[in-house]
Amino acid sequence: MADQATKKMGDWGLGAGELERILSEAAKHKGESLWQDAWRRLKANRTAWCSLCFLALFTSVAFLAPLLPLPSPVSLDLQIEPQPPVAPWSQFGRGGFSPEYWELSGLDQAMVRGRVAIFDDWQTAAWLGTDAKGRDILSRIVWGSRTSMLVALAAALCSLAIGVTYGALAGYLGGAVDNLMMRIVDVLYSIPFIFVVIFLITIVNEYRTELEDHYGINREVIFYLVIGAIYWLTMARVVRGQVLSLRHAEFIDAARQLGASTARIVFVHLVPNVLSIVIVYLTLTIPAVMLFEAFLSFLGLGIEPPKVSWGLLAVDGSEMVNPVRIYWWLVVFPAAAMGATLLALNLVGDGLRDALDPKLRGQS
Amino acid sequence: MLRFLVRRLMWFAITLWVVVTISFFLMRGVRGGPFDGERVLNPAIERNIQARYHLDWPQWKQYLQYIGPFNLDEQGLEVFGGDASDPFSGVLVGDFGPSFKYRDFTVNDIIGQSLPISASLGIIALLWALLLGLSTGIASALWRGSRTDVVLRLAATGGIALPNFTVAGMMVILFVFLMPLLPVAGYGTWRHLVLPGFALGAPFAAYISRLTRTGMLEVLSHDYIRTAHAKGLPRHTVILRHAIRGGLLPVVSYLGPATAGILTGSLVIERIFAIPGTGSHFVNSALNRDYTLAMGVTILYTVLVFTLNALVDLIYTVLDPRILLEES
Amino acid sequence: MALLEVRNLSVRFDTHHGSLRAVDDVSFTLDEGETLGLVGESGSGKSVCNLALMGLVPRPPGVIESGEVWFEGRDLLQLPESELRALRGNSLAMIFQDPMTSLNPLLSVERQLSEVLEVHRGLSRRQARKQCAAALDDVGIPEPERRLDEFPHELSGGMRQRVMIAMALLCDPQILLADEPTTALDVTIQAQILELLSDLQERRGTAIVLVTHDLGVVAGMSDRVAVMYAGRLVESASTLDLFARPAHPYTQGLLASVPDLGGNREGDLFSIPGSPPDLVELPAGCAFAPRCGQVEEACRSGPPDSLDLNDTAAHGPRRVACPRAHAGFETGGLL
Repeated sequence: MADQATKKMGDWGLGAGELERILSEAAKHKGESLWQDAWRRLKANRTAWCSLCFLALFTSVAFLAPLLPLPSPVSLDLQIEPQPPVAPWSQFGRGGFSPEYWELSGLDQAMVRGRVAIFDDWQTAAWLGTDAKGRDILSRIVWGSRTSMLVALAAALCSLAIGVTYGALAGYLGGAVDNLMMRIVDVLYSIPFIFVVIFLITIVNEYRTELEDHYGINREVIFYLVIGAIYWLTMARVVRGQVLSLRHAEFIDAARQLGASTARIVFVHLVPNVLSIVIVYLTLTIPAVMLFEAFLSFLGLGIEPPKVSWGLLAVDGSEMVNPVRIYWWLVVFPAAAMGATLLALNLVGDGLRDALDPKLRGQS
Repeated sequence: MLRFLVRRLMWFAITLWVVVTISFFLMRGVRGGPFDGERVLNPAIERNIQARYHLDWPQWKQYLQYIGPFNLDEQGLEVFGGDASDPFSGVLVGDFGPSFKYRDFTVNDIIGQSLPISASLGIIALLWALLLGLSTGIASALWRGSRTDVVLRLAATGGIALPNFTVAGMMVILFVFLMPLLPVAGYGTWRHLVLPGFALGAPFAAYISRLTRTGMLEVLSHDYIRTAHAKGLPRHTVILRHAIRGGLLPVVSYLGPATAGILTGSLVIERIFAIPGTGSHFVNSALNRDYTLAMGVTILYTVLVFTLNALVDLIYTVLDPRILLEES
Repeated sequence: MALLEVRNLSVRFDTHHGSLRAVDDVSFTLDEGETLGLVGESGSGKSVCNLALMGLVPRPPGVIESGEVWFEGRDLLQLPESELRALRGNSLAMIFQDPMTSLNPLLSVERQLSEVLEVHRGLSRRQARKQCAAALDDVGIPEPERRLDEFPHELSGGMRQRVMIAMALLCDPQILLADEPTTALDVTIQAQILELLSDLQERRGTAIVLVTHDLGVVAGMSDRVAVMYAGRLVESASTLDLFARPAHPYTQGLLASVPDLGGNREGDLFSIPGSPPDLVELPAGCAFAPRCGQVEEACRSGPPDSLDLNDTAAHGPRRVACPRAHAGFETGGLL
């Protein structure tokens, strides 16, 4: 084999040294995998990159919330009206912190203890004002972000699990099975899902005690499941479309002809292609879920007090809108937080979509 | 065309039937009834209610009565033991029955009163959405990369970053309290519909803007746009005749579910601006266990979605000659 | 006085990999009624050349660095957009490679044809329709009236290309720029389309710039040939001269690569060693030097000038950008 190769090269006037030169030159022009190319393009996209950093920052703050010297988001002071924001330079902090929260997890409790150990009873002043029940807005925004992000992530992942499985199966099996499965999706699509959700939640409320005691399923888990059960439809459609077009793609045929096993085809070729579209849709589903949670809170079917979410905050704010006293901080700050986060999520989603689009490969 | 319509109607009928049946038995199968929350009524009245709403009948009979088309109670056909004074009733003849909550009204009355109001709100919202969305999307695509594009894109993305009641709240603060231009709530003149229409349409405008932008950009990169320029056509012709058709296709597809969404999103707006539309009935009927009203509203919604989707598909085939009706 | 005169045209593209010159100091002329074949590999810059003449180079990322394109006493590169638009589709027309993507799938054939007449001749749509039917008939499409109301996807590939040609010739242009018009078609259809073009040219006297990578097409259709490599024009001559006595080593290599149907079946087919250069990182000196069998030290120091070739047997003026070629012809004959 090697003899033949050298003989061929000799015909062209190439010696052994030439072969090495050519190989080393080839090694210099390294091709890029889809992920490397995508990551590079994402980083180059300034808006998406900034949004990503912003989200990372926000998530860390949310995670570390119990550790931060913020007032309790729960402690009530029903005597006073909503107080306008106090600039940090006029009053930076105050005493009188009391660790009132709803039931916290072990880790959170540890963090609270840590916080008390460091800061004693010092807490920040009402930089963003307080609401009608005397609760600090800044603290409620930070704590609310935990709930909202958790809900959104859990529900999105739920819809992902159902949707990807369903869609991949339909696309892969094809034929009559695919047809039937997609018809079911179409039928479900035309049902007014808001109605279904309200309905489901009211039903669940009836059986609440049983569910909690016997199955340990509380209101929130229901929440995730219900929302997930609605958003999986689009994910299923998208995944199915992708799998369908991939099944017949020439590179799959080529891989098969080169002797690739089914497992290899599935994991090395199919999954990455589907994954990219799934990631994009995931980042775009999360904002939709957050808005939906806000909507449910508006109806009184969402997160219950004393827990706080951005949806609840938005509702509290909009309820206080009246012509006599304009409590603008109750509307503007939660809106800013929610708007900025959702905007960032959408921008990252857009950036990811652009970065993963193979048609734009090699471009800036 | 006829085949298309017939097939659609068939699927629609099946879907509707499935939805109605499941909801019917689900609502009754769950604990808690429509009259649970009320004070204890004296037995005579309670018997009256039972009789009027046929709550003493077996469930399958209630179901059949609800579906129709035959009236099964005392005023029904003789073959069912009635006096034939009112032989037909039920959904199949368009009678949604009496409301459980608003006992002096039938569901038909309630929907009949509130639907035109919601419809006008919805149409205004849709017009807002199309106007804002299409113009900003096209502008964004044409001046891609410029500062205008960036600003418009941020605005469009921002429009889907806030819940519509927050937007409504801010609009109210701006245009009603700070600058008293518009009335705050209620329904009466066209002015009452400006703010709610905008608040309702804003997130859809944002979506339409993004879709239009993407669609136009995609079309503008096609070879036939280059051919159009090579023929010496003025820029506005290239855009309005060659680019828009292809560029708007994704928007047309979106309009189906979007209009459905506008109809249901209106319930938040209707509450905030105190507009007596159908939206509030959506929620309240479920919360009140007002079975008939809930079913009526659901059926209405399903009908609307189906009609809109069929319309959208028809428009699609008009715009794109490559797509045959059967395929869509 | 030539119909079209291109002088020192250079077009640069700025990509994030770097800048490259797709067209580098290219000059050529086109006389009335003649066909100029513009030949080269993919990436040689021939298509960009055509686009630059019509002002259709996408900007960004393209930039016309320098050059003049003289037509009807005016430099096209300096004209404002409105005047260029009056020329496009009118005196200067272009047909493209893939008629499926180059025709608008959502508009009828009639729409796409009549708008040319509406814009350039001021006709109403109804008035234009008759002329459009006649144009379709002229390019050999049967049942032209019926075809007018059809859509591109309902036509075959060959018919679509005929529609493109009809569209381009509606206003009787003086110059037709044809960008690989047959590359996307079957071989049999190719022959038909080329025959059609040839026939139309005879009848109307249109000058054609035929861009292609296919030497066979060039041999059959063109009066003169210009060969491009890595954005530069390396040789231009009348077709007969180029094929009989190719001067530039690249042209020689191209012709040698064409398999000889009647010839020796033993041995390997010849192909020019190496591969086309990366335009972002061109070597200093002649772009073809790394692959040239006759390369000298002088070739690597600077790009060779394009000079008139002293070929006594030539049928028309010849230019080559290769000092060895000149030397070869001075001493009388090929190396």
